[in-house]
Amino acid sequence: MTDKKNQVSRRQFLNYTLTGVGGFMGAAMVAPMVGFAIDPLLKGQKDTEFIYVMDVSEITNEPQRKTFKVDQVDGWYESQVDRTAWIFKTEEGNILALSPVCTHLGCTVDWASNEQYPNQFFCPCHNGRYTKTGVNIEGTPPTEPLHAYEYKVEDGKLLLGKAKKR
Amino acid sequence: MLHKLYDWIDERLDVTPIWRDIADHEVPEHVNPAHHFSAFVYCFGGLTFFVTVIQVLSGMFLTMYYVPDIVNAWESVKYLQTQVAHGQIVRGMHHWGASVVIVMIFLHTLRVFFQGAYKKPRELNWVVGVLLFFVMLGLGFTGYLLPWDNKAFFATQVGLEIAESVPYIGGDLKTLLAGDPEIVGAKTLARFFAIHVFFLPAALFALMGAHFIMIRRQGISGPL
Repeated sequence: MTDKKNQVSRRQFLNYTLTGVGGFMGAAMVAPMVGFAIDPLLKGQKDTEFIYVMDVSEITNEPQRKTFKVDQVDGWYESQVDRTAWIFKTEEGNILALSPVCTHLGCTVDWASNEQYPNQFFCPCHNGRYTKTGVNIEGTPPTEPLHAYEYKVEDGKLLLGKAKKR
Repeated sequence: MLHKLYDWIDERLDVTPIWRDIADHEVPEHVNPAHHFSAFVYCFGGLTFFVTVIQVLSGMFLTMYYVPDIVNAWESVKYLQTQVAHGQIVRGMHHWGASVVIVMIFLHTLRVFFQGAYKKPRELNWVVGVLLFFVMLGLGFTGYLLPWDNKAFFATQVGLEIAESVPYIGGDLKTLLAGDPEIVGAKTLARFFAIHVFFLPAALFALMGAHFIMIRRQGISGPL
C-alpha cells in the first residue's frame, strides 16, 4: 500500500469490472433488437421490373396518360399498385415517359389542365408548372424537372421501369 | 468529460441524493451470496424483474412488425421471424422469456413462502405479489393467441371455455374476453392484443412500483 499513485482501489476495480460486464450483457441484449428495428435500412433496393404499357406505334406527339400495374411486395403484403405516366414523342423523336408526381411537394400534375397554360403540365396544389418536356418553369414552386421513367422498347412495345431523377 | 457533465447537472439539480436513495444501500449479510452461498435464493425476485425488462423491450420491438389482424397476423409473424434481421432472436427472446418469467416468479414465491417472509408487517406486499403473478399469467394467456396459428387458436378456445365454466357470470365473461358470444376471431385477436400490450402492462408497472416501494420501506426480512 505504499505506491498510492498506481494503486487501483478495490472499489474502483469492482466498479470497472461490474460496469464492463454489465455493459457487455446489456449490449448483447439490445444489439439484436436494434438490428431488428433498423432492418429496413439493411434491406437493399430490388431490381427494377419493366412492365408493358403501350405499343410504340400508338405514341403521339401529344402526351397521353397511361396507367399500368406494378407488382409490389410490401413486407408480408403483396399487391398490385397503379402507376401513371405521361407518354409522348419529343421533337427529336425520342420517347419520354414522365412521372406525374410534382417535384415540389408530391401532388399529381396534369397535362394542359389549366386553360391559361394549354401546353404545360400543371400542378393544382401550388400552381407549379412544367414545359412539355417536364422542365420546371422559373418562378413557380417546383425546383427540378419531373422525373422520367426508364424505358425499353422490345418488338414495338414500350416497357417502363422506375421513375428516375433527370 | 462525463464527470464534468455530471457535475454541471448535479450543481444545478442536486441529482445525487435521488440515485443514492435508489441505488446506494447496503445488502445485508444474510442476503449476500458472497457470505452464504445459499443466499442465492434471494436473487429470484431480481431475476424476475430482469426477464420482465427483456419482455418489455423485445415486445416493444416486435410490435414494429406485428399486426393484430386475422388475415395478416400470422403472415406478419412469419415475415418478422424469417425476413427481418435478427427476427428469430428477438421473437425467441419474447417466446422463451415468457416461460422463464413464470418460472422465476414461481421460485421467488417459493422462497418468500418457505422463509415466512410474507408475515407481518409484509402481508400487503405478498398480496401485491400474488396480483403480479395473476397479471403475468394474463400476459401469457393473451400473448399466446397473437401469432394466430393453430396452437394459439385452439389453446385460446380452451381458455375461453374455462372462463365460461365460471358459475353464473361464465357466459358473459367469455363474451367479454372474446368480443363475441360465439366466434373466436377478428374481434378476439384485436382485443387480446390491446389487453396484452396496453392494459396488462399498465397494471404490471403500477403493481411493480408498489412492490418495490414497499420492499424499500420495510427492508428485506431478517435472517432465519
